[in-house]
Amino acid sequence: MATAAYATPPISAFLTSQEGFRGSTRGFQWKKIERKCLRKAGPPKITAKFDLKPPPYPLDALEPDMSRNTMEYHWGKHHRAYVENLNKQIVGTELDGMTLEDIIRVTYNNGDLLPPFNNAAQAWNHDFFWESIKPGGGGEPSGELLELIIRDFGSFEQFAKEFKAAAATQFGSGWAWLVYKVNRLNVGNAVNPRPSEEDKKLVVVKSPNAVNPLVWDYYPLLTLDVWEHAYYLDFQNRRPDFISTFMEKLVSWESVSSRLEAAKIQAAERE
Amino acid sequence: MSRSAFCSSGSNLVPKTTEALNPLNRPKKHHYLNGRQRTNLYQKNHRASKVLAYYGLRSPPYKLDALEPYMSQRTLEMHWGEHHGGYIDALNKQLAKNDLLYGCTLEELIKVTYNNGNPLPEFNNAAQVWNHDFFWESMQPGGGSSPILGLLQQIEKDFGSFTNFREKFIDAALKLFGSGWVWLVLKREEKHLAIVKTSNAVNPLVWNDIPILNLDMWEHAYYLDYKNDKAKYANVFMNHLVSWNAAMARMARAQAFVNLGEPKIPVA
Repeated sequence: MATAAYATPPISAFLTSQEGFRGSTRGFQWKKIERKCLRKAGPPKITAKFDLKPPPYPLDALEPDMSRNTMEYHWGKHHRAYVENLNKQIVGTELDGMTLEDIIRVTYNNGDLLPPFNNAAQAWNHDFFWESIKPGGGGEPSGELLELIIRDFGSFEQFAKEFKAAAATQFGSGWAWLVYKVNRLNVGNAVNPRPSEEDKKLVVVKSPNAVNPLVWDYYPLLTLDVWEHAYYLDFQNRRPDFISTFMEKLVSWESVSSRLEAAKIQAAERE
Repeated sequence: MSRSAFCSSGSNLVPKTTEALNPLNRPKKHHYLNGRQRTNLYQKNHRASKVLAYYGLRSPPYKLDALEPYMSQRTLEMHWGEHHGGYIDALNKQLAKNDLLYGCTLEELIKVTYNNGNPLPEFNNAAQVWNHDFFWESMQPGGGSSPILGLLQQIEKDFGSFTNFREKFIDAALKLFGSGWVWLVLKREEKHLAIVKTSNAVNPLVWNDIPILNLDMWEHAYYLDYKNDKAKYANVFMNHLVSWNAAMARMARAQAFVNLGEPKIPVA
């Protein structure tokens, strides 16, 4: 299995404008690790960098809104495959050793996706999704999150309507997101030349296939997987029912609130 | 309704009066207009709908349980009845609002609404209707094995061997990320067969190529029967479902439009 040599500009070009590069203490390893140094008798050892994290609840805990059967396939097969394939793709390359978020940003390559992007982004998206839902979820948020929702959408009902519409109209495979947006500009990774308080707002976005708002420099707060594998066993083609069930019974507003806190802190640090 | 501004064939297909399309006068069988049978305009009988129907839901050329055990009846019921039917309903609703697109054949509608890569809202529905019609006809009960005669020769010429083609086709199905389709097409300019993958609703008509076969790789096509096992689904399609009869008929028709090489002139 050949290790891929990516014809991309140095990684630092992508990361200097991003928020804190976590895990940077060891510096960049530009040289590909020579395979003959690693090779012993037998196949090369794969250093499994990323693990398949289980959801923070048992697989049957979301019944009857998301069946155990779905969880076994969605987490146990789909998510697992993304993680395993990602590990295979990055071993021995300069991506090996980077954090998942950095791999996503680098391999997004401004839209010209490099091969590991799909697996990396899907691994991240699914981790994020399991933590966005919980048994006995649903209802409405409270506190600062609710205030911001009312400020930016008018009312919680209006937000719910917009989120559900985004999820229902994402054609093909993809995700619907609630994000905290800091840049005024709506263009890719552009840097806002005149940041102001008005830029910081909540918005609903949708993305195709594996794309996620990290590549647009947004802070994701909540997501809903609308790939068909997420709902087909339980709802078949009734995606709107799946979306309603998610909003009423599954969404974990605690996670969203704590992510919002973290996002605001990070946004403040960047200024 | 005014004649479509976009579709050249509109003049033959515009009904004499709008009465013909009034849902209350809806005829139950095919009706003849200008002596040409409009086979794609019969009404769907099992849905009561106030929407004028511009396109009808065509049934697959076999019963819904005919592809068992390779594609279950339940899958056919959902895939054809709900998904394919849903695209037809959505398309009809969109066309009811938009006079300009009235009177096109489905293929013309697809090319027009593709709008050179910046698709109009009707594109997804129109293309998915066409793709699914094509898909049902690309399969048959007792399908599989391999083509014969001219198509087999062409495949061997363009892919080396049938085995190689089969491998590449299945590989394309597995490599396709997200929702989409895998096609065997005859490329009009290059004058050879090729395997292409398309995303979501896109199909090779928009590049003016001639599709010969397709395989639906949207998850709804296989999830009930195979869950995440795409490899098994693709192999089963190749081994037991694909209709080489349909492919050969399409290939024969395609050769009216694409000259594939020197004619075989028998030596006296």
